[in-house]
Amino acid sequence: MVPKVLIMSGYGINCEAETAHAFQLAGAKTDIVHINDLIAGKKKMKDYEIIMFPGGFSYGDDTGSGNAFANKIKNNLFEDLKEFIDSGKLILGICNGFQVMTNLGLFKIPDKNYGDRISALQSNLNNRYECRWVHIKENNSICIFTKGIDVLHVPIAHGEGRFYCDIETFEKLKENNQIVFTYCNESGDFANLEYPLNPNGALYDIAGICDETGRIFGLMPHPERALYSTNEPEFHLKREIAKRNGEMLSKFIECNMQIFKNAVNYFKK
Amino acid sequence: MQIESTKKGQKTFRIAIDTKEKSSEAVNIEKKLLGLGYNVSIDVSRIYTLDYDFSSEEIQMIANSLYNPVIEFSRVNTPFNKKFDFALELGFLPGVTDNVANTTTEIINDLLKIDIGLSKVFSSKTVYITGNLKKLTYEDVEKLAKELINVLIERYHIKTYDEYVKNNGMEFIVPKVHLTAKPKVIEVNLNVSDEELIEIGKKGILDPDTLERRGPLALDIEYLTAIKDYFKKEGRNPNDIEIEAIAQTWSEHCKHTIFASEIDEDVKEGIFKKYIRNATNEIRKELGERDFCISVFSDNSGGIIFDENWMVTDKAETHNSPSALDPFGGAITGIVGVNRDTMGFGLGALPIANKYGFCVGRPEDRNIVYRGKNKSNPALLPKKILEGVVHGVNVGGNHSGIPTPTGFVYFDDSYKGKPLVFVGTIGLIPRKLPNGALSHEKQAQKGDNIVVIGGRVGKDGIHGATFSSEAMDEGSPATAVQIGDPITQKKASDAIIKEARDLGLYNSITDNGAGGISCSVAEMAKECGGFVVELEKVPLKYPGLEPWEIWISESQERITLSVPDEKLNEFMELMKIRGVESVVIGKFNETDRAVVKYNNKTIMDLDMEFLHEGLPKKKLHTIPYLYNKEEPEINIINHLEIFEKILGNHNNCSFEYISKQYDHEVQNNSVVKPLQGIGRVNGTASVIKPVLTSKKGLVMSQSLYPRLSEINCYDMAACAIDTAIRNCVAVGGNINHLAIMDNFCWCSSDEPERLFQLKETARACYDYAKIYLTPFISGKDSMFNDFKGFDENNNPIKISALPTLMISALSVIDDVENTNTMEFKLVGDSIYIIGKTYDECGGSEFYHAFSKLGSKSPKVDAKYARKLYERIYELSNNKILSSCASVTLGGILITLSKMAIAGKLGAVIDSAVIPNESLSLEKILYSETQSRFIVTVAPENEKEFEKLMEEFEIQKIGKVTEKDFVVKHKNEIIINTSLERMEEVYKKRFKDF
Repeated sequence: MVPKVLIMSGYGINCEAETAHAFQLAGAKTDIVHINDLIAGKKKMKDYEIIMFPGGFSYGDDTGSGNAFANKIKNNLFEDLKEFIDSGKLILGICNGFQVMTNLGLFKIPDKNYGDRISALQSNLNNRYECRWVHIKENNSICIFTKGIDVLHVPIAHGEGRFYCDIETFEKLKENNQIVFTYCNESGDFANLEYPLNPNGALYDIAGICDETGRIFGLMPHPERALYSTNEPEFHLKREIAKRNGEMLSKFIECNMQIFKNAVNYFKK
Repeated sequence: MQIESTKKGQKTFRIAIDTKEKSSEAVNIEKKLLGLGYNVSIDVSRIYTLDYDFSSEEIQMIANSLYNPVIEFSRVNTPFNKKFDFALELGFLPGVTDNVANTTTEIINDLLKIDIGLSKVFSSKTVYITGNLKKLTYEDVEKLAKELINVLIERYHIKTYDEYVKNNGMEFIVPKVHLTAKPKVIEVNLNVSDEELIEIGKKGILDPDTLERRGPLALDIEYLTAIKDYFKKEGRNPNDIEIEAIAQTWSEHCKHTIFASEIDEDVKEGIFKKYIRNATNEIRKELGERDFCISVFSDNSGGIIFDENWMVTDKAETHNSPSALDPFGGAITGIVGVNRDTMGFGLGALPIANKYGFCVGRPEDRNIVYRGKNKSNPALLPKKILEGVVHGVNVGGNHSGIPTPTGFVYFDDSYKGKPLVFVGTIGLIPRKLPNGALSHEKQAQKGDNIVVIGGRVGKDGIHGATFSSEAMDEGSPATAVQIGDPITQKKASDAIIKEARDLGLYNSITDNGAGGISCSVAEMAKECGGFVVELEKVPLKYPGLEPWEIWISESQERITLSVPDEKLNEFMELMKIRGVESVVIGKFNETDRAVVKYNNKTIMDLDMEFLHEGLPKKKLHTIPYLYNKEEPEINIINHLEIFEKILGNHNNCSFEYISKQYDHEVQNNSVVKPLQGIGRVNGTASVIKPVLTSKKGLVMSQSLYPRLSEINCYDMAACAIDTAIRNCVAVGGNINHLAIMDNFCWCSSDEPERLFQLKETARACYDYAKIYLTPFISGKDSMFNDFKGFDENNNPIKISALPTLMISALSVIDDVENTNTMEFKLVGDSIYIIGKTYDECGGSEFYHAFSKLGSKSPKVDAKYARKLYERIYELSNNKILSSCASVTLGGILITLSKMAIAGKLGAVIDSAVIPNESLSLEKILYSETQSRFIVTVAPENEKEFEKLMEEFEIQKIGKVTEKDFVVKHKNEIIINTSLERMEEVYKKRFKDF
């Protein structure tokens, strides 16, 4: 089947259009839905296969990034969301969406429940918003979205992206292969907390994690902003090299697109 | 107002959120204070003060929803339990926008399903300070407090550890606005002496209760006489609100009187009509079918064709005065304000790119100047201004989800007293809406409802940014400055641009900027003929505002719409479910009268024609300005030393720290980014791909040459125009589909010499736009950028900003793949210079490095340049260039070095072959002659390149190498330096900013 993606919007979320575009390119149907339309019952989570929490600045990061939006879901939609999770469907969060999901406690590890917060995304070490391109490496995780992916080149743009959890939680995430992406260099070697490879000081270089089922995934970098070859900062150099080799650059950056394609293919069994 | 915290059953609560480990905010405050010489240890708590009667269960639920237990914990009415020397509480003054508090209020309302109302929550933070080496004094902490906040809008309270323990923590402070005066309308008698009229115009209407004047109206005697005569005809005295409304509408800011007035004998129709509008009209006529303008000068932005389905809009503004007082607030309200100019274009355009430009003093300058005598009322230092404006655009742009692909910083001591803060926004709008209407056409209809959506009205921005420190104590609101609330605006923007517009729910829309609703309603009413407003319906931030204040307040985040009766319910329902406050405040009509009622009483009733056109015409005169005539002679002995000095100076070095804190990737439209190459060098133009499914692109650039104002203003304007266009062309812009905008920032515009400079500048705008065939589509002016005050020794001083023309260029291109970046790409590529170099070092970075100005300004040959730019676009489309850079500030050598740093590749250059007019080596390297490019070409493309460039002066001057930057002159090596060293020089100045 062709999955339908619910793209959450409202209250300062701002990446809904390009995220919808990414899912459309991957072959999904998309619907940008204002959270108040879900609360009012005009739209229902159960009518969708994928829920997408896009990037943005929900509530201006006031009271902590993602916190106020997560509260709004907790207070009004959490039962629907749990039902959605239990029905075996997929949830993806990027940047502010990852922050919202973190505060919702969606990254369940064994012995914890959905709704328990296990981690945090703190202010960047330099305490400042930063936009730059980074490399991230897939850690052979159980995540549905990242099958077949190795190293990606993608932009980050956030002020609060420094992943943190305690050591026991980290051990569990690691043991269960729930650590999906870590910041690395171009060849995929760990950033080892070194700036700017690790752009925010994230613990263990963590850029994205998933829940124990691999169906719920969040990450700080923005793959949806890195789908076209022309998006890449080295586009002009690569174009020049390709030209001299008598080649053409491909239109899309396929490995970044794979995240969205994996989600779509999950429903094409 | 302070409330003690010890009583049981109190109705005020103080929730503190602490971090388990030291937060990066605390670490960064420590760093900042260390830079100021204080070695201290810092902890920070976030504080929420709640002035509402919650139960203990409720307050616990609220506290739990304000932190993440993995890293934080909360305290309710409980002091901090660690030892420290001092506790410093930092919060807002009453009436200042508190976004965190607003969000917290929403969280509480949603959590408890209640409505606690306005002004019940206040955010602040407590900073706990401990001296590491020595104990701090109270005075030390007071000094630190003033470094961390702006006393104009923020408050601080200090307690020693002992006091803190004894008082069981900080006091509970509820910074509510209390207005005690009863709202009233004053009848003003204008049949008084000329002296009194002048006093009213300068200092404002006298309040009979307080016997204080209400602040400047900026109406001179001629204007007041016209108003007096008008009311004689009406047969009555005016009310205060009527005079205030006329003052707003007639202000320089709104009517652009200097640009509109007759000037000398030869400019009867005024500078704007003769030089700017005429240029555009004549160009459009000449272009005929190739005309790409759709809407110019008539709307909040200018609109041009993007493709058959889409139109793009552009607008640039300045926010100079507010930024001098509160740089953060000034800049954020500037950027979100110009976003509204996009939302208010036509029936509403979507903002797709923000631009910035900051003209400031040197951040190293620590000499304080004062607004008042005896060291009173100090102006902010350039570094603090820079920090604030950079942060303001950061929050405004990033929070709104609008990318910031381009911008600049320009440093000159003349901007020390008053910075120039340029903010611009590009918008995107379908040319036709779903109902078939043309999107740029709008008309309020008689009978339409006047609807205001977005923020509420407070005392913010009354009389623009007139500043009075006495008014800013506890209990009285901060009227001088405002803080933006991007999220409130984002909610309104989404509801309008993404929903209501395409549903056709309104007939007209405009932004609320200067003059607030008094201007937006009166402007829109021109479309149908008149209006009646019921002022008591306007939602307020707090009770007690005077009617005239409600009418002219410039409170932010508001949009005015004209909604027909049959669409009203649907419109209001949509706004409600999107969390956007909206109210009907009146009706448009065709009575030719501007009527305002307050609680059923008519308090304003003006003739529309008089309100808009009644201001007396003025005549201005100019006297030639005495330009600088001295030309220095400079011989360089150590070339490397001077090269490094110029590369590392303020206006050539890297400002990556700004570029990277502005999101330029959101909306997924970025192609040529603010930082180019793996060496991350600030570019002079950027490219975006605004429609996700189309290959077409937008190229943008901004340019200014303020130092040339002291040499020749005509050339100053010519250079700004040529550079803005050339920068676009360098990255792939198309001069045949390129529009420009003018932003004049002048000083002392009441002086005939300054008006002479203004007229010369405008004359060049006309001449060059005409030859380039690049129409002006929008523009703005700010005429009095002067600082008047005193130095440390009480000597009166005046610091006037250099007359500054900022030109923005926007070009539409067919394919973003055919763009260029500046960085050297591959070893072995040939380096060419395009264009001859002349003796034109006046105002250059080279002379500036020797504290000289010079007298030989660059001359622009626009006919030649236009042809060249068309050809470069052809080369870009044929992908013949492997890199391309526009030669700008610093000249050839600086441009070459940046291409090397950006590509992390070296070069060998032979400066002797650079085409020039028998110049000294120094001038060849550093002259800022216009219309030149440096390009690199793959060896296999050289022949084709040279053939295509046959009719232009080009010269191969070197090759790209693997490492080292080497410049030879004849047989001598004059510069030989490593890439690492160059990069260090280029990047070190703002490394720790």
